[in-house]
Amino acid sequence: MAEPRYEEVAVGTRLPRLTHVLRRGDLVIYAGASGDFNPIHWSERAAAQAGLPTVIAHGMLTLGVALRAVTEWAGREAVLECGARFAAAVPVPDTDEGVEIVADGIVAEKLGEGRVRVDLTVRCAGEKVLARPRAMVRLS
Amino acid sequence: MPLDTALAGRVYPATEPYLVSREKIREFARAIGDSSEAAQAPPTFAVVVTMQAELRVVFDPELRFDTARLLHREQRFEHRRPIEPGDELTVTVTVAEVDHVGGTDVLALTSEVRTTEGELICTGISTLIARSDG
Repeated sequence: MAEPRYEEVAVGTRLPRLTHVLRRGDLVIYAGASGDFNPIHWSERAAAQAGLPTVIAHGMLTLGVALRAVTEWAGREAVLECGARFAAAVPVPDTDEGVEIVADGIVAEKLGEGRVRVDLTVRCAGEKVLARPRAMVRLS
Repeated sequence: MPLDTALAGRVYPATEPYLVSREKIREFARAIGDSSEAAQAPPTFAVVVTMQAELRVVFDPELRFDTARLLHREQRFEHRRPIEPGDELTVTVTVAEVDHVGGTDVLALTSEVRTTEGELICTGISTLIARSDG
């Protein structure tokens, strides 16, 4: 897919939807890759002690996955700013099915100098799990 | 005992340099399902260095943060340029805000990621929380 150009995107331009399945093993892989070994992300016992129904995904894993909606659209180097509040836990049961993350992005604002603000909606089992997930992106 | 709010504004010493490798970027990218072979790191890769720096602050006994109840509530990154293989990065963490809201300790940290030459690459703004006893 050709990279989007600033002149060709408008407020309301939608990014291709991204879906990604997370299974328990993916949390262990992310723990190792990121260095975040908080046991609530891999130990049922630790999750229960923290008052959680089961092991939950790292907020940064959910955000990292969701931002692929932006990087697969415009490239990794295009992202100038990104962030979100981790509004709801993403429980990841120890099943073959895992849980599906669905991320939809929309151009919310054209900021000039080739920059746009992309607002994301990130859902898991129909529920929004990130609050104000967004990125500022530089297009060519 | 609640968080010591007097510590707002404290700046912690820069971390030891972290040498970014192509393989670490690839490992991190794959862990978020990103199969691109781009050399630059994905935008959230900075957390590899900022989280370790921030945990050092969180575990500072003077802060009295209840680490058993630690949760990451919010994260933002502002990039001057993407992180690339060969970058040697250090992180300087500033305690931006210390607060206690309705039984929850709230710690806002600002992490400046620089090369060992002093070039600012990225600023991380994170909010960490811990439910406390009151």
